[in-house]
This record gives sequence, structure tokens and C-alpha cells, in this order.
Amino acid sequence: MLLIPCPHCGDRPELEFVYGGQAHIARPADPSALSDQAWAEYLYMRDNPKGPHAERWRHTHGCGHFFNLVRDTTSDMILASYRTGEPRPTLAADPKGAA
Amino acid sequence: MSAPYRTEAGGRIDRSRTLNFTFDGARMQGVQGDTLASALLANGVHLMGRSFKYHRPRGVLSAGSDEPNALVAVRRDDARYTPNLRATEVELYEGLQAESQNRWPSLRLDVGASARLLAPFLAAGFYYKTFMWPRKAWDRFYEPFIRAAAGLGKAPTQADPDRYASRYAHCDVLVIGSGPAGLAAALTAAASGARVMLCDEQAELGGSLLTDQGALIDGQPTHAWLADALSTLAALPNVTLLPRTAAFGYFAHNLIGLNQRLTEHLPTAQATGVRERMWSVRATEVAICAGALERPLVFPGNDRPGVLLAGAARTYLNRYGVTPGRRVAIVAGCDGAYRTALDLHAAGVTLAVIADVRPAADGPLLRAARAAGLIVRAGMTVTGTGGARRVTSVSLAPVRADGSVGGVSETIPCDAVLMSGGYTPSVHLFSQSRGKVVWDDALKTYVPGASVERERSAGACRGSFGLAAALADGANAGAEAARAAGFDVAPKTFAAEATEASADSVIGALPQPASTKTGEAFVDWQNDVTVKDLHLAAREGFRSIEHIKRYTTTGMATDQGKTSNLNALGVVSHALGAPMAEIGLTTFRMPYTPVTFGSLAGVSRGDLFEPVRATAIHDWAVEHGAVFEDVGAWKRARYFPKAGEDMHAAVARECLAVRSACGIFDASTLGKIELIGPDAAVFMNRMYVNAWTKLSVGKCRYGLLLGEDGFIVDDGVVGRIAEDRFHITTTTGGAARVLAKMEDYLQTEWPELKVWATSTTEQWAVIALQGPKARLILEGLVESVDLSPEALPHMSVVEARICGVTTRLFRVSFSGELGFEVNVPAEYGRAVWEAIWAAGRPHGLLPYGTEAMHVLRAEKGFIIVGQETDGTVTPDDVGLGWAIGKAKPDFVGKRSLARPAMSAPNRKQLVGIFTDDPALVLEDGVQIVAAPGQPTPKRLIGHITSSYPSAALGRSLALALVQGGRARMGETLYAATAEGDVPVRVTAPVFYDPDGARVNG
Repeated sequence: MLLIPCPHCGDRPELEFVYGGQAHIARPADPSALSDQAWAEYLYMRDNPKGPHAERWRHTHGCGHFFNLVRDTTSDMILASYRTGEPRPTLAADPKGAA
Repeated sequence: MSAPYRTEAGGRIDRSRTLNFTFDGARMQGVQGDTLASALLANGVHLMGRSFKYHRPRGVLSAGSDEPNALVAVRRDDARYTPNLRATEVELYEGLQAESQNRWPSLRLDVGASARLLAPFLAAGFYYKTFMWPRKAWDRFYEPFIRAAAGLGKAPTQADPDRYASRYAHCDVLVIGSGPAGLAAALTAAASGARVMLCDEQAELGGSLLTDQGALIDGQPTHAWLADALSTLAALPNVTLLPRTAAFGYFAHNLIGLNQRLTEHLPTAQATGVRERMWSVRATEVAICAGALERPLVFPGNDRPGVLLAGAARTYLNRYGVTPGRRVAIVAGCDGAYRTALDLHAAGVTLAVIADVRPAADGPLLRAARAAGLIVRAGMTVTGTGGARRVTSVSLAPVRADGSVGGVSETIPCDAVLMSGGYTPSVHLFSQSRGKVVWDDALKTYVPGASVERERSAGACRGSFGLAAALADGANAGAEAARAAGFDVAPKTFAAEATEASADSVIGALPQPASTKTGEAFVDWQNDVTVKDLHLAAREGFRSIEHIKRYTTTGMATDQGKTSNLNALGVVSHALGAPMAEIGLTTFRMPYTPVTFGSLAGVSRGDLFEPVRATAIHDWAVEHGAVFEDVGAWKRARYFPKAGEDMHAAVARECLAVRSACGIFDASTLGKIELIGPDAAVFMNRMYVNAWTKLSVGKCRYGLLLGEDGFIVDDGVVGRIAEDRFHITTTTGGAARVLAKMEDYLQTEWPELKVWATSTTEQWAVIALQGPKARLILEGLVESVDLSPEALPHMSVVEARICGVTTRLFRVSFSGELGFEVNVPAEYGRAVWEAIWAAGRPHGLLPYGTEAMHVLRAEKGFIIVGQETDGTVTPDDVGLGWAIGKAKPDFVGKRSLARPAMSAPNRKQLVGIFTDDPALVLEDGVQIVAAPGQPTPKRLIGHITSSYPSAALGRSLALALVQGGRARMGETLYAATAEGDVPVRVTAPVFYDPDGARVNG
């Protein structure tokens, strides 16, 4: 069971959280302007990286907040935890982070 | 004296406290401090079980949790019957009843042992090769046969009456294992002030120190030092000592599963408290001091009862005061075996022979043995053992310089063979922590590599063998762990005086004459895997050790290959001609030792297995004879049978009451969300398909919620309570999902909206009153609110006082009849229900349950999300296209509805279905086909989503999703039932009151 650092509550056990899929995928401001292909990309296409992955979690049985983690999918080690709306942080172990 | 193999003195047992026990019904005596295994050995009993596959007689091999053979069942009563316990871990108590397993009719005479005659046919992969075909024979013959022949032990048939507990704990430093390394780590870490937990699977803390004799620590004999160390630790407030506590699993982020046995060692009369406790320990830092496992030697007949691990025999002698035999042969593959020779010699046991299988046998302990006058025959191999249910001889032959075995075997009579190939570091927990083991060429074994979690291994489990090395390594690990957890301490130093063993050891099979059959040279005792099986796998082309493991099942038994893994690797390495380092090691799985279901379940059983949600009106329904059904965690009244009624009769009566007079229904489980804020209407417009801006206060609308993929997710009536406040209802099962979805959009997509959504499901009890007399019944109860159709038309909501309680009174209908849903603060739910019930009885009011509710709504063609929809259904598919606010620029799912496939004419659409036979009620889920009698696979064009007998119609009815269904009105299709294709007629999905007049009362 992971120990997840909620940016609002601190370290809490995984069973208090619900996974929310890949982070930083904004809903298009005007979906009607998108082609079917572009809309399908938004709806269905997700990264499946081996390594650091920015993902959404919700502290359902806690503060209720959505927030983001950068988690290494190979080791389950959590590299960063940050609030919704904040950019993916720059990390040595995470080359995809904002530079 | 009934225990002929008990020594006169010595050991950690209390000879003055005799304990009576039985094994397979035979009465025997042991003493306080014995394990079942040591007590049986004291009585001269080596035969403790039969092997898994060949039913070979097996004796105890080890003295600890690595025991593969001596699996027994311990019985307290019919319900307290625990199979598959290792006799080496079962602590003896007065009156203990143990049974051997895997034998019939008795352990000595086992019919299943005829499997040995089949041994040539039961080689690796036998099952895969033999039971392939014919396919049908698998279910009828092969599987029952295999299940009957295999299996270890029997499960008790009664419910477990014992109590189990679970506990979460945190500590700064968790030390796993209490041998010299673990004690040094705990003493050091504890001195820093850190919170330390020290656990060990054994009854006594001390690990190898419990067996050691002759060594000194800080000038004290090891037993005296151990007692001091334990009393020091026990006195510290920051230290928790956990004996009888196995660390069985290492989970992510330093969560360690510990299983503590609390009453297993107590006589039945005293074993009344919590039986086992499951600890989930979140440790900041971990020191794994798990020690090493002694490795057997692999030679023909090495599984005969009386063949033991040498170190285990030394434990039986030094700790339990038991000798394994009177005339003992020792086969040394490492220097450590000579400790056993020296201690047995000192105890007066005759050593029939001491053979060393190493090509260049030497070492400090070997020299000590020679100095003590023992004769060691070096450069030998074991070519076999004699005896049936007990070893009677061992055969030895010299190994030539080129590795071949020459000369004639010499057979030496003996009653025990003690062997040791060396020690394998116990890397199980490290491996579970996702650390990768690395091959150490000097030590000839795998040791822990780089840590992944915040842990370090110390002592023999990382190859630091020897007392001095283990103490120093443990102290360093304890200091490092404490410092990493934020404490400051220097490693404690310990002065150890001991004769340390040399490091050389033996892995894999011993050399044999070319003529020797290796089908009886066992590598994995518990799964009956021999050298021959591994060679066969290699010959058949298996190369990966993971594949060989699965093909031969080596290392796959409940002992997780503790004694067998490295020898299997050695045999495979030899067979493939590849160095061990290139073969790699298989992954170790948790649990390290088996854990009972009771301990894993803890208190989560019976009524506490799962939380139950009950409405405020639940008890009333119980009192009125309701039959309940589970809907999620909710208990819902399904129907209210009168005496002699079955469900069908009760539901028909309840439905007719609603249609003719009035019914009262507990709708409290409906999900409810209160949406508040200046942007509430804007948010509703974006979330739901409907147009909300123009919905005036006091009015309701049927809301439809889609996913972004355009498919229906949820539905429910939404009332506008104020300009900035909506009362949303959801499906019973969808409440949490809908609120989470709203939160998702509010928090992550539209944080600028000033809206607050909160669950009010539990706050409101909902009393539905449905039927032509509903208004008549309510009128007398409602204070100063006009219920007339003009003042309160269908789909409106008003705040109304009933019995002095402020309620939200909805005029809505899920039955097609004139209807109200009274939302009452939950604490008054039952009182208001009873008031309405009393007022309605003179008018023929009846309670109805969910089954009637379903029939009533199906008669009206109202969908149920999850029944008529399955995550691939659009609003238009179920005839709800009218609900979409066409003028809205966007809402969740709108873009997807514009995809061409979403408006294809051949999509499955909601229709009504009448069977030609009005009495026939189709099953939900039955497939629809266009033409009868098609060969399989039939072309399926739809399926039944709901199907009921309808009292109002006097016949059955069904709803279905059928391709292009709305264009098929009147067509005859066929329902593909198990009994054959049944003709059905497509009709409109509204069966009753199609004009909707009745809802207006």
C-alpha cells in the first residue's frame, strides 16, 4: 500500500485515495472546434510510460482534493506531489518535468 | 522414561514440566519448551509426513520455518483444526493433538505411496503432457483425480470460532530478526531514542544464539549475553519486542506485514484471547536481519526419514536436548557442519562416519574436529541411503581428482544422516521490497544488491557470516537506520570470541557414478522435485530459470524454496553449462511463511465483513415483513409478502394497489446532492444535457448526465429550490460517482465557478407516495400548502410542513401515477412515514418494494441506468433525445454526440417487447435475433434489458435494445432463449397509459 503525500494533508495511506488518471490533460475550451480525430485523442489517448508519470489522485476519504503526483511506474516511488493547477515540477529524476 | 532420545541435561527446555500430547493418536510426552518436532524426535519419531506427489515417507529436515516435510494438522476441536503447520514451529502444550497429513489409511502404511511406482511417469511437466486431451476428460476425470491425489492437509469444515485482530503501527526503525545482527541493530537503534520494533518468527528471541554454544560475547557466554540484551531491550520504553511474529510481506513504501501468533502455544483452556494479530507496520527505516537458511546436500535417498540438516540437528541438541539418533553419520559440505560433529561428540553420541564432500576440505572447525580426535574422511560423495521409513545406512564413495566417482560404495550403518551444504542468505524480504539480488562470486551465493526501499540488510542475510561479523554488521545497520530516521547514534561495539567457519560450501547435486539414477535425489522436498526433473527440463529446451521453475514446480511450494532454490540453480547451471550468476534467481513471493485466512480477515467477518447502509425506515420495513435485497451497500425492501404469498403474488398485489389506490415506497437510498452557489445554474448547464437557465424556482426537471464519451452515466429529477440552489437526485448506485465527477470538473476544469456540491443522501429520508389517492392522503397532513394541480403541478417542488417537520415536497412520479416524494430530515423519516401510513390506510394504502417499483416504471418505459444502459447508450438510443438542451454551446459529452457513429440509424434503440405467449417472462439479457433457427454464432441484433410479468397488463412485458428498433414496430423477432428461439413482437416501450394522463391525477 503506497504512502501518498497529499499536498493538503501530508502522508496518508493509499486506501484513502482514488486514482484519477494522467494529469495535465485540460478539457478543450471549445470541443466543437475539434475534429473527430482531435477529440478522440483528448478522450482516449494516454501515455503509458515506464518511469516518471504525472497523474491525478483524489484524497476521497480525506480532504476531498484532487492533486497531482509524479510517480515512477517501475518502482512506485513518488517523486513529487503538487496541487491541481500547478505545473509539473522540475526534477532531476523526471526529464519530462517543466524545465 | 518415554523419551529415549532426550539428553540428561542442557538446552532451553524445562525437563520438570512434562507435557502429554498425541501424534496420530499415539500418546507421547514432551517437556515445556519443546516444539512438536523436537518432542517427536525425543521419542524417536522421525517419520512425520508423506510427500506431496510420490507419498514418500518423510522425516523432519530442519528446525525452523524452512521445514518442507513435517507438515502436520493440529486439532483443538472440530472447528479449531489447523492444517499444514510446520511441526518445527508448533510449540508443544499439554494435551496437544497433532495429525500427520497426506496419507491413507496411516502414516506408516500409505496406499498413495504406490504413486512411487508411477514415479517414472510423474516427471516434470507430467500434468501438462498427459492431461491435454480429450478436453472433456479434464472436467470429469483428470481434475477430480489430480485434486484427490494431491493436496496437503484438510481444511476444517466449521466456521472459525476464534477472534483475530489487526493493528496499524508506526516506528522509526523496524528490525526483522533477533539473531546477533538483529539484536545488535536493535540495541544500537534503541540507544538513539528512536522508536524501535524488533520482531522474530520464533517463540524465543535470539535466533542462532539460542543454538550457539561455546562462543563468548563481551566475555559472557552467548546465553547469558542474550538474556542481558533482551532484558535491556525490554526495559526500554521506546522498544517493542514481538516474538512469535513473522514478517511475511514487504510492501511498497516500507509497509511491512507482521503476523503475530498469540495463543497458538497455549493449552486449549487458556487459548481464549485473540488468536493472531495482523500488524501493518509503516516503518521509517527497516533493518532486515533475517539470517541464513541451511542448504541440504543433493544425493540419492536424501529424503529418507533420519536425514536432517546438520545445523538443525545441532539446534535439536543444544536448544531442545534431543539427539537425532544414536549412531549418526555426518556429511559435511561446509565447515559449519563440524560444529554439529563437535557438539554431538561432546554429548556422547556415536559418530558412525564423518565424510566431507568438498574437494579440498579444510577450515577452522574441521581442524577443531580433528583436534578433538574425530576422524574426517575428505573427498567423498554420498551415493545413496538405505532404509524404508527410517534411514539405516549411508553409502559413500571417493571422488577422484577429475571429479568422477570411483571405486565401490561403502555402506555404513547409521540411524541418522546429518548434512550441510552451507548457508544461503535469506533474501526473501529484500527481494519482496523489489531490491535486485546480485551474485557474490566469493561467497558463491546471491546477496542483496542496492536498496529500493528505505531498508538495509545486515548479518547472514547479506552474507556477513560469523558471530563477530553479524554483531558488527547489525550494529552498523542499526546506527545507519536510526540516523536515516533522524536520530544520532554511533554503532555499539561487541567483542565476540568464537571459532568462525570458513566460507566454502557446496551448491547443486553431489557427483555420482555414471550408473546412479537421480530420480531419488531430491532438490525440492515439498514439491517432490528431483535432479532428474531439472535435467529433463533442461533437455527439453527450457533455459530461463523462471520457466524451469514453473515447469518443474521447484521452489513453488508453501516453503517458497527456502531450502531448495540455490541447489536447483546449481543443478540447472551444471545442466546448461552456464555459470550460476547468468542463470539468475526467481522472484520471491510473499508470504514468507503461510498466513492464516483468519489473520488476514481480522475482524472483517460476519456482520463486520462489510458496512451495511440502512434507511431511516428500515426497521419499519423489517417489522412489516419486508424481504430485502442488496443494492450496493444498501438494504432495500424488495417486497412485502403477506402470509402464503410468493414474490410474484406480492408484487402483483403491490402494483395493483399503486394503480388503483396508493402505494408508499421508501426511496431514501436515492442519491442526493445539494448544489449551491451563484454559478449553480451555469454549472448545471455544463454538466447535464438539459437546459437549466430557464427552470424557475419551485420547478423540477429530469436531468440526464453523460460522460465525455457521450454515453449515459446517470439520471434523476433535479429541483430548483432557489436561484442559487438545486436539489439533485441521482441513481442509488451512482451517488458517489456523480458527486466525484462534479468535484472533478469543479476542482480541475472550472475552478472559477462559485459552486459548492455536497452529498445529502443520508440527510433526507424520501417517502414516495404513488397512486390516484396520493393527494387525498397527503392533504390532511400537509400544513398550509396547496397541493392542487394548479398550485403544485407535476414536476414541481415546495417546502411543506408535515407533522411539524419541514420537508421538501416533490410532485414527481416514477410509476406514471399521481405521485409525491416527501423529503424528510432523516431523523424524522420514520415518524412522518408512520403518520402518512396511518392517514393512508383507510384509503387502501399499501407499502411496496423495489420489485414493484421496477415493474411500475417498466410499464411506463422509464429506464434504469445500468439496466437499460450499459455505458454504450446515448440519450437518443433510449428515446431521451428530447432532454438535451439543443441551444447550449457545450455540455459534458456534447462533442461526442456529434460523431457520425452516434447517430447511425442501426444503433440499438429502446423498444418494447411482447412475447407471443403472454405468460412467458423472458430472462433479462436474452439475445434478440431477426430469424429463428440460425446456426451458432447467431447474428445478434439486440438484447432484453428488463422483463417482468405485469398485473396491470395481464401479461408479460419486456424492454429491449434492438438495432434500428424504432423502425421495427410491429415486426416479429426472436428471443434466443436456452429452450430455443421464441417469437416476440416489437412494440413501443410505453405499455401503460401512453398518453400520460394518469400522472395528473
